[in-house]
Amino acid sequence: MTELWDGLVTALKLIVSLNPEVMEIAGRSLAISATSSTIAALICLPLGAVIHSNKFPGKRTLINIVQTLFSLPTVAVGLFVFVLFSRAGPIGGLDIMFTPVVMVIGQVILISPIMLGLTVSALSGVDKTIADTAISLGASGFQTAVITLREARFAVLAGLIMGFGRAISEVGLSLMVGGNIAGFTRTITTTISLETSKGDLELALALGIILIVIALVINLVLNRVQQK
Amino acid sequence: MKRKIIVATLVGLAIASLLASFVGCGGGTNPLAPQERLKIATTTSLYDTGLWGYLEPMFEEEYGVEVDILSAGTGIALEYGMRGDVDVITIHDKAREVQFVADGYGVERVPFAYNYFLIVGPADDPAGIKGLSPEDAFRTLYETGSGSFISRGDDSGTHSKEKAIWASAGYDYEEVRTAGQWYVEAGRGMGATLLMASEMGGYTLTDMGTFLSYKSELELVPIVDEGAILLNVYSVIAVSPESNPNTNIEMANNLVAFLTSPEIQELIGNYGVEEYGMQLFTPCAGAEPTS
Repeated sequence: MTELWDGLVTALKLIVSLNPEVMEIAGRSLAISATSSTIAALICLPLGAVIHSNKFPGKRTLINIVQTLFSLPTVAVGLFVFVLFSRAGPIGGLDIMFTPVVMVIGQVILISPIMLGLTVSALSGVDKTIADTAISLGASGFQTAVITLREARFAVLAGLIMGFGRAISEVGLSLMVGGNIAGFTRTITTTISLETSKGDLELALALGIILIVIALVINLVLNRVQQK
Repeated sequence: MKRKIIVATLVGLAIASLLASFVGCGGGTNPLAPQERLKIATTTSLYDTGLWGYLEPMFEEEYGVEVDILSAGTGIALEYGMRGDVDVITIHDKAREVQFVADGYGVERVPFAYNYFLIVGPADDPAGIKGLSPEDAFRTLYETGSGSFISRGDDSGTHSKEKAIWASAGYDYEEVRTAGQWYVEAGRGMGATLLMASEMGGYTLTDMGTFLSYKSELELVPIVDEGAILLNVYSVIAVSPESNPNTNIEMANNLVAFLTSPEIQELIGNYGVEEYGMQLFTPCAGAEPTS
């Protein structure tokens, strides 16, 4: 118990003193996950609207598949991305293995199903008469989609934040394709993993606290937005 | 107008990522900047002891290159080398190193330091193996099952050495793996495996360097530390440009020259002596140690 307490005290000191290593690692984690979340959102919002507003054979199956991929194991995505981007792999010529770039690509793959699936289900929660009214008033397909998206904004936002949460908290993928290189691809979660295996719990705890604080801030913001 | 919330969130995320990329990637590590990089895959023992953390800035300063160090077991390091994902590897498994070079993946195997493996365990030595030869110690563990043994189980150099000792003691490794609950496969790096052995009150095979640098965290003492089979040689191998044309062979060769240079050899020999009261690594520039 004293170990945990001492660790917590040291961890708080590291945070309060804005320890450069802790700040650098937390900043990198945020940068990588925010980038991948933005890219995934830019793909999934329009795609979700397209899937929602069109009828096509296999739509139900497609949605089932996307929902199954919510629980895609991070290490499976890691392995897939590794095999793809390793120099011996099919697109190894890009030479981006063990860089933040490949970590972003992996995270986009990892969180896109969540963002896409939740966008589609958010849109299907919208009263259908809204879309019908818009169309009857002469709205184009694009305008109708925008109106529906706007109606569903809270649920859509929750989906985006779920995606971001998964990106910043995952460790398997970052470790496999990022390689946990100090000062380059080392993130909050890979540092926690490394420091724990070294028995240095203070830095690991400090970063664990920061991760929880980030989650808390995101939730507060989300709650705030939903109450408006 | 409330659509602005979503737009604002997206813009916010984008701005956050830009801002954070300045914070996070400061100090010349911006991935988009054209900076010459050298990727090294190393066995965990050279990383966990802090040796690489000590040598890395010196090499970076001398050659003006950004060094990326991937700490992995020897097995993974070899795999990265074969796939061409790294430019140079520092590992400790002679048989597989020789094979790696013979298969055309590596230029040349250059030993640069050595130390010894040892079997560590709880001070009360429940299996009574203190003072035995490594082979006899393993035999006793197997036959009596009276003490648990934590294996790296990760295809690392240390794991290879463990298999070699089992073979030398006359056992088939596959039978050992499944012999009983006393045999535990950790599947983790050396430091993590030592911590596990300490928690479980079991024995494990470790290199001297990692054991010394973790000693203060462990309730383990050296149990068996004598036997010719325990020699542990670290080598550096540049990945061959013939197997992978994109490799940074020039800088990899610089690293080999750096590690075997008299000044760095002296630093390796002195590394940790003050802190641990004994030598972690014995330098052996380019020559195979015999004992």
